[in-house]
Amino acid sequence: MTELTALTIKAALAGLEKGDFTSRELAKAHIDAMDKAKNLNAFIVETPDLALKQADESDKRRAAGNAGLLEGIPLGIKDLFCTNGVQTTAASHILEGFIPQYESTVTAKLFADGALMLGKTNLDEFAMGSSNTTSYFGNVTNPWKNKNKPEAQLVPGGSSGGSAAAVAANLVMGATGTDTGGSIRQPAAFCGISGIKPTYGRCSRWGIVAFASSLDQAGTFARTVEDNALLLRSMSGHDPKDSTSAKKDVPDFAKALTGDIRGMTIGIPKEYRVDGMPAEIERLWQQGIEWIHAAGAKTIEVSLPHTKYALATYYVIAPAEASSNLARYDGVRYGLRVPSDNLRETYEKTRAQGFGDEVKRRIMIGTYVLSAGYYDAYYIKAQKVRRLIVNDFMSAFDKCDALLTPTAPSAAFAIGENEEDPIKMYLNDVFTVPASLAGLPGMSVPAGLDAASLPLGLQIIGRPWDEETVFKVAGVIESLAQFTHRPA
Amino acid sequence: MAQTIQGNTGEWEIVIGMEIHAQVVSEAKLFSGASAAFGGEPNTHVSFVDAAMPGMLPVLNEKCVEQAVRTGLGLNAQINHNSIFARKNYFYPDLPQGYQISQYEKPIVGKGKIEIDLAGGQVKEIGITRLHLEQDAGKSVHDLHPKKSYVDLNRSGCALMEIVSEPDIRGPEEAAAYLSKIRMILRYLETCDGNMEEGSMRADVNISVRKPGQPYGTRCEVKNVNSVKAVQQAIEYEAVRQVEILENGGSIDQETRLWDPAKMETRSMRSKEEAHDYRYFPDPDLLPLNLEQSWIDRIKETLPELPDQKKHRFIDSYGLSAYDAGVLIAERERANYFETVAKGRDAKLAANWVINELLGLLNKNGKGIADSPVTADNLGGLIELISDDTISGKIAKDVFAEMFTSGKAPGAIVEEKGLRQVTDTGMIEQVVDQVIAENPDNVAAYKGGKDKLFGFFVGQVMKKTQGKANPAAVNDILRKKLDSKE
Repeated sequence: MTELTALTIKAALAGLEKGDFTSRELAKAHIDAMDKAKNLNAFIVETPDLALKQADESDKRRAAGNAGLLEGIPLGIKDLFCTNGVQTTAASHILEGFIPQYESTVTAKLFADGALMLGKTNLDEFAMGSSNTTSYFGNVTNPWKNKNKPEAQLVPGGSSGGSAAAVAANLVMGATGTDTGGSIRQPAAFCGISGIKPTYGRCSRWGIVAFASSLDQAGTFARTVEDNALLLRSMSGHDPKDSTSAKKDVPDFAKALTGDIRGMTIGIPKEYRVDGMPAEIERLWQQGIEWIHAAGAKTIEVSLPHTKYALATYYVIAPAEASSNLARYDGVRYGLRVPSDNLRETYEKTRAQGFGDEVKRRIMIGTYVLSAGYYDAYYIKAQKVRRLIVNDFMSAFDKCDALLTPTAPSAAFAIGENEEDPIKMYLNDVFTVPASLAGLPGMSVPAGLDAASLPLGLQIIGRPWDEETVFKVAGVIESLAQFTHRPA
Repeated sequence: MAQTIQGNTGEWEIVIGMEIHAQVVSEAKLFSGASAAFGGEPNTHVSFVDAAMPGMLPVLNEKCVEQAVRTGLGLNAQINHNSIFARKNYFYPDLPQGYQISQYEKPIVGKGKIEIDLAGGQVKEIGITRLHLEQDAGKSVHDLHPKKSYVDLNRSGCALMEIVSEPDIRGPEEAAAYLSKIRMILRYLETCDGNMEEGSMRADVNISVRKPGQPYGTRCEVKNVNSVKAVQQAIEYEAVRQVEILENGGSIDQETRLWDPAKMETRSMRSKEEAHDYRYFPDPDLLPLNLEQSWIDRIKETLPELPDQKKHRFIDSYGLSAYDAGVLIAERERANYFETVAKGRDAKLAANWVINELLGLLNKNGKGIADSPVTADNLGGLIELISDDTISGKIAKDVFAEMFTSGKAPGAIVEEKGLRQVTDTGMIEQVVDQVIAENPDNVAAYKGGKDKLFGFFVGQVMKKTQGKANPAAVNDILRKKLDSKE
């Protein structure tokens, strides 16, 4: 029998149903794997006792014939989701020790469908970063190695680096992530797994520590496209507690995985051919186009003319919202408080010690762009450009059913690289940010290895609420790419 | 009270605009399901949303929106079909989110107007600039500990309406009339209880002075003005302060000032330079608020008769004076009480009795109309007894006093005490004859031209009948007997 931790969610569900193993055995196998992989630092808090308790309850439910959609499947939960009774930190010192008395809607739905939680996965502080190097609780290490520099510790991407690394290293069967500008898709690509950010409004944001409210969206990581579809179905749905969650029926996404994309038209945005993109990524993208053709669909070049403004727009809007969203961490009610003689100093010391550099940088940028005298030039302008970016996509979707792009402009890099220059770090998200600004579903699928034997991903972007097409195309790429490589 | 100030350099006009914060009558808060009830042990009406726990999101309470629209309609204002909630960012411990959710560029209610009633029956129109919905903050308590402050979040997140006026108000009297009128309208609409003592209505007053005909002067915003009286006092103080500065060659600094009711003065709170930059921006957690005209129309259908409409109806259909009508409509309960009394009876008499007797006595006893010991039906009964000559107006006052203490019905009191008016002219004639016979000197003096003695005879007759004789009959008979030639 295959090792339990190497199973897909689909296979595990079948094995549990057949009685090949119990949920407890499945959970235990993953807990053992986690013990051996502490060096990855993928978790901020591990919850083996909780997982085993949930596994026992799950086994009982299955025995009683009440198995849910994800009955007995052990998951990692990004430590941005508030979990009742389990510390939730957003990887920030300012929330260290904070134990919510409530469960986020997304995790509540997963648990209601029978999933178990193995632990809270590491991330960039407040989900701000593309390398998982801004966590107060230390860097996450990518399980993949650069074959030319095997001694180098690589980043897993970010911000959901812990979730991606844990899935890639078979520590969990799947994981939740959140994606504000690429925080699911880029780490999925860096870690050689699949990940989807659904349409903005598909999953409730209630109980997710906010970074940038108009962009934040929960999504999934798993080792197959189909596993992502299973997880996303459980997580999705309208929530009256989140005014921005949509009243849309949730399809059975896995049913979209027919493998048949004949007659479809896939757009290839010409503006995504950016200067300095590695030839290997260019080649992989071309390979993707050929797979699409091989599967009986056609491709056309489309133009998204405002793409070049997307990063700048994102780095105005996201920090603006973050500067306001993070104002609640003031040391008054919960989390870190650095006491002082007066209120102002208490605020200053608490926030100075509680937040890391990247978070402070974005709070300052956000405060600046919202300030009197700069608001129109930055925030309002950015909102207008955002609208133009949305229009670009909508025009493109008049001509095609989905878009195919690279996920990231590079493969995983070494920890410490790109640190000196924030702009260079921000460029990691150049292909993922536009879809975030437009609220569109986007999925990264592993499609090949580069010369250093590091995984590269391709991104499929769909129309609003059309995750089914995204899954369908991703499924075709997955099956043609035959990406079976695993980290050493 | 002066609406202008006579300075050394001539007359100054006082220009006032007001921002009234009115707490919305609603079970729950603006964006959370926690109770919005006044009072309660500290921090017992607080949800995770109100405490701004991580990951919590606001959900708009439809009832509060309805109340704002209702109020907008009552202020004859434009209801905006599309409005936006914005965040006003600042740090304070009683503001858990670090921002207040308010409305900035697109408020729910736009321009409107109301009429205010001034001395001498004059009416003036005051423009309403806008009304917007926003969250209240919690309460900081600084006097429980020498070094620490406490925070009570019960009020945090309760819905407020901010009603902004145009700078159409001139002087303290108009300001008081405006505030009173807004409070009256809100109470009629039942959208705010108007209770300034409990803080459910608060006013910020923008004050400037100018020479008549000149452009607006620089204004100061005076905060912490928490009663109609305080509004007048603060304006009087602040306007004089500004005139003195200007007449001494100085200039007014645009600033926020605080009214100190103990010292009866305003003092600087923060200058324009120190003013917060609130970094308003649309709240990304909330969708734009879109209202259907049909929904607004349905609210319109449920609006009660408003004070001004009621006043005009009282004047037109009951023939009341503008003053009396104004007194009666000041409270909705009072107007309802009056209408019950007046129904099918002499309305002017009813108005007199309600205003002069009932309100006077209630006031003296520190009671409101709602706890009047005399029910409207009973007062109506008393008026019937007067109208059908069962008792005289004078006796009625005694009966009323008895009704007020005992709560009994007027008919019962009249029967019990035998106060029924004597209208039997034969019997009155007998008493008149008796009085004439007993006072020959006065009769002679009267007939000699001392007309004023007529009252003496009336008094004697009334005395002999214990006040029960019908005064008109007494007059008639006396006149007939005394003025006869024989």
